Amino acid sequence: MVLCKLLGMGIFMSEYKVDTEKLHRLGDYIDGLERSEGELINILREAQEIFGYLPQDVQLFIARKLGIPAAKVFGVATFYSFFTMEPRGKNVISVCMGTACFVKGSDLVLDELRSRLKIVNGNTSEDGMYTVDTVRCIGACGLAPVVLVNDKVHGRVQVDDVDALIKGISDGIASKPELVSK
Amino acid sequence: MSSSNAVNYRMDLLVCGGTGCQATDSFDLVEKLKSQIQVAGLQDEVRVVLTGCFGFCEQGPIVKVMPDNIFYVRVMPDKAELLVKEHVEKGRIVHELLYEEPDSKEKLDEQSDIPFYKKQNRIALRNCGFIDPENINEYIAAEGYMALGKALTSMTKPDVIEEIKKSGLRGRGGGGFPTGLKWEYTRKSQAKEKYIICNADEGDPGAFMDRSILEGDPHSVLEAMAIAGYAIDAQKGYIYIRAEYPLAIHRLKVAVQQAYELGLLGKNILGTSFSFDVYLKYGAGAFVCGEETALINSIEGGRGEPTVKPPFPAEIGLWKKPTCINNVETLANICPIILDGGEWFASIGTKKSPGTKVFALAGKVNNVGLVEVPMGTKLRDIIFELGGGIKDNKKFKAVQTGGPSGGCIPEEFLDTPIDYDSLGEIGSMMGSGGMIVMDEDNCMVNIAKFYLEFTVDESCGRCTACRVGNKRLLEMLTHITEGEAEMETLERLKDLSQIIKDSSLCGLGQTAPNPILSTMKYFWHEYIAHVQDKNCPAGVCKALLKYHIIPDKCKGCTLCAKACPKGIITGKVKEAHIIDKEACIKCGECERVCKFGAVTRK
Repeated sequence: MVLCKLLGMGIFMSEYKVDTEKLHRLGDYIDGLERSEGELINILREAQEIFGYLPQDVQLFIARKLGIPAAKVFGVATFYSFFTMEPRGKNVISVCMGTACFVKGSDLVLDELRSRLKIVNGNTSEDGMYTVDTVRCIGACGLAPVVLVNDKVHGRVQVDDVDALIKGISDGIASKPELVSK
Repeated sequence: MSSSNAVNYRMDLLVCGGTGCQATDSFDLVEKLKSQIQVAGLQDEVRVVLTGCFGFCEQGPIVKVMPDNIFYVRVMPDKAELLVKEHVEKGRIVHELLYEEPDSKEKLDEQSDIPFYKKQNRIALRNCGFIDPENINEYIAAEGYMALGKALTSMTKPDVIEEIKKSGLRGRGGGGFPTGLKWEYTRKSQAKEKYIICNADEGDPGAFMDRSILEGDPHSVLEAMAIAGYAIDAQKGYIYIRAEYPLAIHRLKVAVQQAYELGLLGKNILGTSFSFDVYLKYGAGAFVCGEETALINSIEGGRGEPTVKPPFPAEIGLWKKPTCINNVETLANICPIILDGGEWFASIGTKKSPGTKVFALAGKVNNVGLVEVPMGTKLRDIIFELGGGIKDNKKFKAVQTGGPSGGCIPEEFLDTPIDYDSLGEIGSMMGSGGMIVMDEDNCMVNIAKFYLEFTVDESCGRCTACRVGNKRLLEMLTHITEGEAEMETLERLKDLSQIIKDSSLCGLGQTAPNPILSTMKYFWHEYIAHVQDKNCPAGVCKALLKYHIIPDKCKGCTLCAKACPKGIITGKVKEAHIIDKEACIKCGECERVCKFGAVTRK
């Protein structure tokens, strides 16, 4: 086995501690590319789409599949803020930290969200329900401060709206009309 | 082509489908309008068109009724029925949905009467809000692909470059390098393969003009890329776009596919020998990738770290081939220049900075949105006329231009006519055109700290000056905002800023200290207040806040005492309350609940 790995002779799905079916899907995606040169970022995007994040074993799998050092994969994965190596919560709340949002108090909204959802270490609540992170300007500065809840944009969110926002998510309502229509 | 379609409809309802209006439910509005029109049985007469951004994001969702030329603002989905019943069916203007001039309270029904649009001259944004970006025929009806046709059939390659040089167009992404020269350099580099890259990695927080152009008029960028490809002998073009812009990516994909279908991209365009292919490449969130060499490394699939210039991309670029990189807004100006001539373009704006510039007006200003004005327009006109002044009648403090690379401009320079050079002279820069307005409630030290947090986070780590230096700057700023700094800290802050400017490898590091230097220059008193008086004049820096109840204003309603999580506000009902300053955790809850403005934090 070790020798195979060293020689890059074969890739055994079972040696990776991740979902084999998902790994197959990623393998198929890579095989379907016309050429792999210059495609590392796209492959990592696809991997994150499939797994939700980039576990170490997935990075190893990609490196071996492409025949490049794992350090290069890790280097690219850590360079870009889009990639994450931590599993994400069921609901992802991203607070825009662009300047327009910041001058209108998005940092206060972020603090409020983290404290209401009891997120202390890292970005995800202990029960795995919520991930709260920041996003660079999404270009909706006219609605600052902006909060993305599972990719839906909520505009003009103030600290006082945070309760309603969280309640909206826990009730399974994608959008709170009173939040966006203000 | 589409004009024959359009004739069949007696009325168009143009609904803004930009990211801003989308967030205020414009897609839902479109559905409701359509179903109301269906109910009225007018679906063959009246059409609902989802357009690109109108720029007036503050007043979204926007609906423009054509040919009546009536401009409705803040049209929430529940107003769809009213709009259709009144305007579409009976031809009566719905006054409650018109824009109201804040001073005179007059209702304005035409777009061009609204102060926000009055001084604008829309060249790059010419089609945004007028055409359906997902329908190539509408672009063609608006003179689309005529410039490409003209270039391919009646202009030589040097002619095209000469025209762009004559226009004096300078790169709109930040640097301001003359576009014609860039094309010429790339043309002169000998190689079998060359590339055009459209830089759509709009990383400057608070700037969204590139997003709006791509969402509202994607073909204008594709057409310009093909023209550039023809001029410099490139057969392939890449669009490097941020993953944070899903709608722009979608519209671009649709546009590329439609252009291929009509033979406006691909092999033998318009029956000529010129072939040109366009590919999309996604960024993955790295500000430094706006830098040309870093962007190239990222397209090649690696870490987006910059490399030393020279060699410039015009000589050795993508896959080691000559490459010309232009930003979205720059490209959006190309087709009008080819059609109307370089001289026409050069007659707009100032001598050294011809043409118009799109600014993303945001922050504490009444009319947040995109404005396109001739170069040389005064900051005051943009902020107070187009922008409608400061929100909530607060006092203007500064305007920040140029994003994390730029500086903060105080009131005394508001009458500066803005162009690349004048902004540089007052310690800021054009950048990509973000313009963030700040009022008396913003702490300038905290703003400098915000930008430094950004650059420290985004520094790629390649050169020491930027990687380590900016971290030290941030530490010093943190000490200042926490009241732990001495006067000597300010000296060190200034010295190190200069060192980083002088010794960093790329533009990110070279400009990172600008927000500090400009705020120190114009708002020195705020730094002094933080360091010497341990006081934040704007009441922002938490560690320096001192919550206090003004006895004369306090009615003794007890709300604050009930809200205080530490229970350290004491006082009897109907008597002035007192905060125990030693035990206060500065959460601000008391200030938030007070109905009489009796709690201060300065």
